[in-house]
Amino acid sequence: MEQVPKIPKEKFKLLHKKDNQAQESLGTPSLTYLQDVRRRLFSNKVATVCLILLGIMVLISVFAPVVAPHNPNTQRVEYSNLPPKIGNLDIPGFNGMQNMDGKSVDAYKAVNAPKDTYYILGTDYLGRDLLSRIIYGTRLSLIVAVLATLVDLIIGLPYGIVSGWKGGKVDTFLQRIIEIVSSVPNLVVVILMMIILKPGLVSIVIAIALTDWVTMARLIRAQTFQLKEQEYILAARTLGESSTKIATKHLIPNLSSTIIIQTMFTIPNAIFFEAFLSFIGIGIPAPNASLGTLLSDGQKAFRFLPYQMWAPALILSIIMIATNLLGDGLRDAFDPQSSD
Amino acid sequence: MADEKTPIVQVKHLKQYFNIGKANEVKAVDDISFDIYKGETFGLVGESGSGKSTTGRSIIRLYNPTSGQILFEGDDISKIKNRSPRMKQFRQQMQMIFQDPYASLNPRMKVKDIIAEGLDINNLSKNDDERTQRVEELLNMVHLNPEHMSRYPYEFSGGQRQRIGIARALAVDPQFIIADEPISALDVSIQAQVVNLLQDIQKQRNLTYMFIAHDLSMVKYISDRIAVMYSGKIVELASADEIYNNPLHPYTQSLLSAIPVPDPEVEKTRERIDFDHKKHFSDDQRLQEVQPGHFLYCSDEQAKKY
Ligand SMILES: Nc1ncnc2c1ncn2[C@@H]1O[C@H](COP(=O)(O)OP(=O)(O)OP(=O)(O)O)[C@@H](O)[C@H]1O
Ligand SMILES: [Mg+2]
Repeated sequence: MEQVPKIPKEKFKLLHKKDNQAQESLGTPSLTYLQDVRRRLFSNKVATVCLILLGIMVLISVFAPVVAPHNPNTQRVEYSNLPPKIGNLDIPGFNGMQNMDGKSVDAYKAVNAPKDTYYILGTDYLGRDLLSRIIYGTRLSLIVAVLATLVDLIIGLPYGIVSGWKGGKVDTFLQRIIEIVSSVPNLVVVILMMIILKPGLVSIVIAIALTDWVTMARLIRAQTFQLKEQEYILAARTLGESSTKIATKHLIPNLSSTIIIQTMFTIPNAIFFEAFLSFIGIGIPAPNASLGTLLSDGQKAFRFLPYQMWAPALILSIIMIATNLLGDGLRDAFDPQSSD
Repeated sequence: MADEKTPIVQVKHLKQYFNIGKANEVKAVDDISFDIYKGETFGLVGESGSGKSTTGRSIIRLYNPTSGQILFEGDDISKIKNRSPRMKQFRQQMQMIFQDPYASLNPRMKVKDIIAEGLDINNLSKNDDERTQRVEELLNMVHLNPEHMSRYPYEFSGGQRQRIGIARALAVDPQFIIADEPISALDVSIQAQVVNLLQDIQKQRNLTYMFIAHDLSMVKYISDRIAVMYSGKIVELASADEIYNNPLHPYTQSLLSAIPVPDPEVEKTRERIDFDHKKHFSDDQRLQEVQPGHFLYCSDEQAKKY
């Protein structure tokens, strides 16, 4: 020991002091798992932007009666098929000009509209304000999406967990029910539903509710089967944790990525299903708007009045992309091991 | 040891079958009996699939035994119901340490919450501060830095994770711990570390262990007595020295012959003894005491030889 030359204390300096502090603060004990999830979610910029976008859409939908500039169902046949126009600002594409026989004509002047009359996204073939219809249409599509998700979470999730956790006879019985339910195509359910109920939101939602939870239940069951043999679940059982607590503390957090990914399928599926039903004419009855009916109407005049389809198509695409990216972000946020 | 003769766990004719009545019925544990004395380390050894984990899990009542009795401190716990007050009490008296350090900790929970799970279930801490303090004590006890309690399991190594599992089991202050191959998934260099920790804690807290392993190499050093299990049955039970120096059952002999020796001269001549199931098993056999404290699974005739 004597031989070792003495190194003065000053020569030692702590490397990575900042890193260490960051690491320590990384785990301030007050943060719970859910707070951690939120922090990780907000540190993901793409997901945050999507969350904000969807948040804005939800807000606008909720306050549709206040936000919409016109009544979405008021027809003014004299103002039909007007192009977009914002105030009297001369923005190309939003100045009320329309191409007619190779000449650019002010469509608003052509129908003798007063100077202060304008429609931000134009009007449809019955002279209804397109922006207001899109706002109401989005609202309806979001309602369908939210209800479908709730059904997935309220029926599909517990159903799958119980089936997987109990196993044995309970599982066999529950799986038989699922087989019966899933053997009936949901289009048939809608058509049957329309015999009893009028076509509309209620029958669509019931049709989705009856059939949509099955996929979620199946996936969750399969995963629960795997998880319940994990040693941390056995450890919880030897500590005397109740089944309900095991489900909420151990199963659901570890099922979260499956739940989120499946929800990300459910939302566009439900929106598309509604759009599809409305498109073929057995969905939302006229004059109410949904993104599906708007697309269907817009598609008829797409070659001459493309703006009537662009706007609802754009909104639908934004909803799809935003839910997907947010889903990815949520999945990562729920996983402590994902880098943040 | 004065304690040595008080049994803490008594297993009597325990049977644990799976898929009863179906084509794929498995007799995982088939009529075994043994006592575990207070303060000792009881080794349970056998090859993969011999029913060691099943024995442990039946004793700790993760399974409902098919038949037989399990007495804990003289009290039959083989039939107590889940959610009964007796079960709640039992869950604090007996704990388990698991094999796979990567599967035994919930990846979505913080170390603090993992360790405190038992405290939360049994309301063992009055408030948050006391809970944190208990977790700190437990982490110190297993030589982990308490500052790391708000981290997630993936940030730890296998050995560290195993110690978190030990802390979780200790949280409810058990008297008896079943360690199901707690070191077989660990790197050889840290196996001894974990074993030493377990032995230190045993001394400090007066614990009784049932230590499960699939070979004799480590168990023979840490166990007071060893039971050798084969195909759902205990074939030999004796003190560790007896098993090591005077193995009577051919299966035990075969297990001993499989331990490598860190000596090239011996290794060169080490002969593995093969074990032939058909040759050594017949229906008229049962576990009987052939020498004082030395039990062997054999027929009455064979027993007379000793
Ligand atoms: N839940 C179960 N259902 C059906 N069979 C089972 C179940 N658990 C275990 N078994 C069977 O019981 C037998 C004993 O298994 P066990 O896990 O107790 O063996 P083990 O001695 O612990 O082996 P290992 O060293 O691989 O851990 C095996 O044949 C196994 O397939
Ligand atoms: Mg095992």
